[in-house]
Amino acid sequence: MSSIGEIPGSAAPQSPEAEIKNEQRAAGVRRLIGQIRTARGVPKWILYTGVGIVLFFLILAIFAPLIAPYGFADSSSGGVDFPKQAAPSSEHLFGTTVQSTDVLSRIIWGARTEIEVVIVAVFFSLSVGVPLGLLSGYVGGKLDRGLVLVMDALFAFPYLLLAIVIAFLLSDKLGQGIITAALAITIVYIPQYFRVVRNHVISVREEPYVEAARALGAKRRTIIGRYVFFNVIQNVPVVATLNAADAILTLAALGFLGYGLQPTQAAEWGYDVQRAISDAGAGIWWTGLFPGLAIVLLVTGFTLVGEGLNDILNPLIRYRRVRKPEIPAEPAEGEK
Amino acid sequence: MSDAVLDVRNLRAWYGTEGDPVRAVDGISFEIRSGETLGLVGESGCGKSTLGRTILGLLPEGAATAGEIRYRDRNLVTATPKEVRAMRGPELGLIFQEPMTRLDPLVTIESHFIETLKAHEPDVKEKEMRRRSLDALGAMGIPPTRFKQYPHEFSGGMRQRIMIALALVLNPKVLVADEPTTALDVIVEGQILEILADLRRNFDTALLLITHNLGIVAEACDRVAVMYAGRIVEQGDAREVFAEPAHPYTRALLDSIISLATTDLKYIPGAPPSLIHPPPACRFHPRCPNAMRVCSTKDPVQVAVAEGHVTECWLHGPEDQIPDGGEQPLERDEIAVAEEA
Amino acid sequence: MTRAHETSLRTYILTRIALAVPTVLILLTMVFLLMRVAPGNPIQAALGGHVPQAQIQKREHRAGYDRPILTQYVDYLKDAFTLDLGNSLTDHTPVTTIITDNGAATVELTVAAFSVALVVGISIGLVAGRWRDTPWDVGGRMFGIVIYAAPVFFLGFLAQLIFADLLGWLPVSGRASPEVTATLSQHTHFFLIDTLINGDFNAFWDCVLHLILPAVTLGLVTSGVLIRLVRVNLMQTMKGDYVEAARARGVGERRVVIHHAFRNALVPVITVAGLQLALLLGGAILTEETFNWPGIGAQLVRYLNERDYIAVQGIITVFALAVVAVSVLIDLINAFIDPRVRYS
Repeated sequence: MSSIGEIPGSAAPQSPEAEIKNEQRAAGVRRLIGQIRTARGVPKWILYTGVGIVLFFLILAIFAPLIAPYGFADSSSGGVDFPKQAAPSSEHLFGTTVQSTDVLSRIIWGARTEIEVVIVAVFFSLSVGVPLGLLSGYVGGKLDRGLVLVMDALFAFPYLLLAIVIAFLLSDKLGQGIITAALAITIVYIPQYFRVVRNHVISVREEPYVEAARALGAKRRTIIGRYVFFNVIQNVPVVATLNAADAILTLAALGFLGYGLQPTQAAEWGYDVQRAISDAGAGIWWTGLFPGLAIVLLVTGFTLVGEGLNDILNPLIRYRRVRKPEIPAEPAEGEK
Repeated sequence: MSDAVLDVRNLRAWYGTEGDPVRAVDGISFEIRSGETLGLVGESGCGKSTLGRTILGLLPEGAATAGEIRYRDRNLVTATPKEVRAMRGPELGLIFQEPMTRLDPLVTIESHFIETLKAHEPDVKEKEMRRRSLDALGAMGIPPTRFKQYPHEFSGGMRQRIMIALALVLNPKVLVADEPTTALDVIVEGQILEILADLRRNFDTALLLITHNLGIVAEACDRVAVMYAGRIVEQGDAREVFAEPAHPYTRALLDSIISLATTDLKYIPGAPPSLIHPPPACRFHPRCPNAMRVCSTKDPVQVAVAEGHVTECWLHGPEDQIPDGGEQPLERDEIAVAEEA
Repeated sequence: MTRAHETSLRTYILTRIALAVPTVLILLTMVFLLMRVAPGNPIQAALGGHVPQAQIQKREHRAGYDRPILTQYVDYLKDAFTLDLGNSLTDHTPVTTIITDNGAATVELTVAAFSVALVVGISIGLVAGRWRDTPWDVGGRMFGIVIYAAPVFFLGFLAQLIFADLLGWLPVSGRASPEVTATLSQHTHFFLIDTLINGDFNAFWDCVLHLILPAVTLGLVTSGVLIRLVRVNLMQTMKGDYVEAARARGVGERRVVIHHAFRNALVPVITVAGLQLALLLGGAILTEETFNWPGIGAQLVRYLNERDYIAVQGIITVFALAVVAVSVLIDLINAFIDPRVRYS
């Protein structure tokens, strides 16, 4: 066990920093997990339900080739052509579309598309937004002010509009595909992460342990990377889940408008609903209902995870169930 | 000598938790006469604020109360919430610690007053309500020109004066002041204390002044009650208690006061005890320099040290209730550092 | 209001408007960069391959696309401030005409949807926050979450199924029946107002019916966010110090909750509701496509498909300016309601 009294930079330069670092890092994560484990009541169910839904779709996405009865663009199988716009039956549990594709298969393959895009988009948004927020919040000054101005302007802009335009412009250069859709969604959410992280960094940077690290002579990079980071990322999971929820909605919107993925590349739920709108007039409900419900379900799942996490972790609204105590009639006298 | 306006007997207020309850007020008895100021001192976390709120019936959902709070032939503990609410304002008043956040920022001072008056005397004409409000504010040194301003236009000290005026506008007989000057600077503190002293002189209001500052007690209170871990360990005339403290805790508090003559810091070792599992028998025994064996085994009994001066401490007897060998000093390895409350 | 209030309000208004300028500049710069990044230059992108190169170059020169980028930027800014947005490439309509012809429809839709969102969002949010952890609360929250998760076009699809096919109560397409549209003399382009001006109540009712489904659909989706926000705010204000202090004075619980807790809870909602307007503008595009509502969103989609970048640029510019204008308006309303805001 190293002693903190050693002069930093001498025999074992890592020791005092390493101890503090491990303590802070462990404390942040431990706290998170601990709170989740001891959660009770409504928030617990919200969280578990959300996680359940997301896991379900994840499984659909990962095992799509095994689960889906047919390919997403298949209009025939084993030499037999699929009927066009057929109602749900035993061969086609959710019916078929106007292009004679199987609705159920498109739902399952669509899950894969959604999850792929969401993961890419959230990952990119995070990787840009969080470091920028950390930097801006910690360094402050002109850099901070400039970034805040830009991020606020970006944030104020109708995000669907932005996504549409970006998707459109990128599709000219990069062609329509997962990357294009993901990039369009990414840019829109960077300001969210930036804001949340930056605000938290600002409140954390005056904390004693950060001051202590500075006094020990730690480099700025070290301070941000080790101490500030692990405390600040507490907020990020909540934003990430809500981001994921919005990303799916945006992707579906792009698909609906035709700026998402090409139908030959992958199945996408929003595109399916758009195709189904003309069906509604003829009373054909299965082509639009199922993709739409899939969107609602997956987005709800992510949102529930976010809300559940927020309820559990956010000290302002955390609420513990208390029982009104029974006060015994006479206080116990004498020996205890 | 007037009769007691507020007579509290064996009051207990416990908060529910997920586990065992917090015994914030655990068997407290005292009385206050009209025109008298009783100071209630104790460390942070000893239950003083809870006591103030219990008297006005402002405890949250998960709290339970037992015992008696006798006010004008009624027991506030058993009265219905509706009855107690009707008494808040015209009979009972409460001044809070932090004045900055106690006024609705969207609403003028005038509005606060009219609302309070309407809640209790709805038939009074608004003109009359305004007059009474301005009178109350005037007594606190707030000019009528500021009547229609918003809370954020006032400083902390002025907001506290407004709060006091609001509490007094209906002339309550009992006023509880929960650390009214803790959040204010020393000069403003002096002004507020002046105002409170005025109450004593001119209005016959019974004042329960809750504080952790012994200086305020010495200056502004007739009698003092010292609270520790949910119980009152010593009570009596303020000057007398300070001159001849009976309870070791009181003595330690007085010793730890810093003045210009202080050369080294005296403090009470250990930390305030948990209110969920307080120490058995005398709650102070883990930190008491004079602890005896009996202090950790038997609850101390209230004894009178002088006229009107009582304490709960085995050092003052009663001798016949101390078992053999109980007077031996308590053996401890070190002063136990009790759990954080 | 006291005189001090009036002057500080005035100062705040001026400051706020002044602060909008950098935001506008940034947004316009963003639009400018966006429109230059991918297509290279709009004319080339739109007409390349369809029209001989010499003609393209002539057009480029006429439109000014062969000048240095910085000059183009400055010109763009100048044009934006004078609202001279050029003419569409494909049908040569002045962009400003596109906006005025179709803007009213979008505004009508947005305002109606916003009203629905406010009413639904605030009432459910207040109920949920007031009776925390009761079925009202859980139900309200779930409603907010699920309704937000439903894309506008899916709700539109369901609406089509239910109302057009099964029930036939409400129209699902367009702003008004063809007969009404043909005979309507437009003064303000706001159908609801125009029909009233003309004194044609049948036409008015027809327009209202057409507005219901799109506005309710878009409004419900937007209310989801408001519900959550109002609920959380109310939970916090109920625990507020001034609420406790009011109770300590014996003020009735009802008054305390409604007059103090509700009102304070709603103050930050105004700001966020304003931000929802941005959400609404995006959602309006989808709604217009779903319900064939002839607004600017529908135009944007149309011109995007035709690769008419000048029109697209013009429309987006107007959107950006509108967003800033609305946010300034929201801040001003906020300053009027919350006395603290004026004093910082």
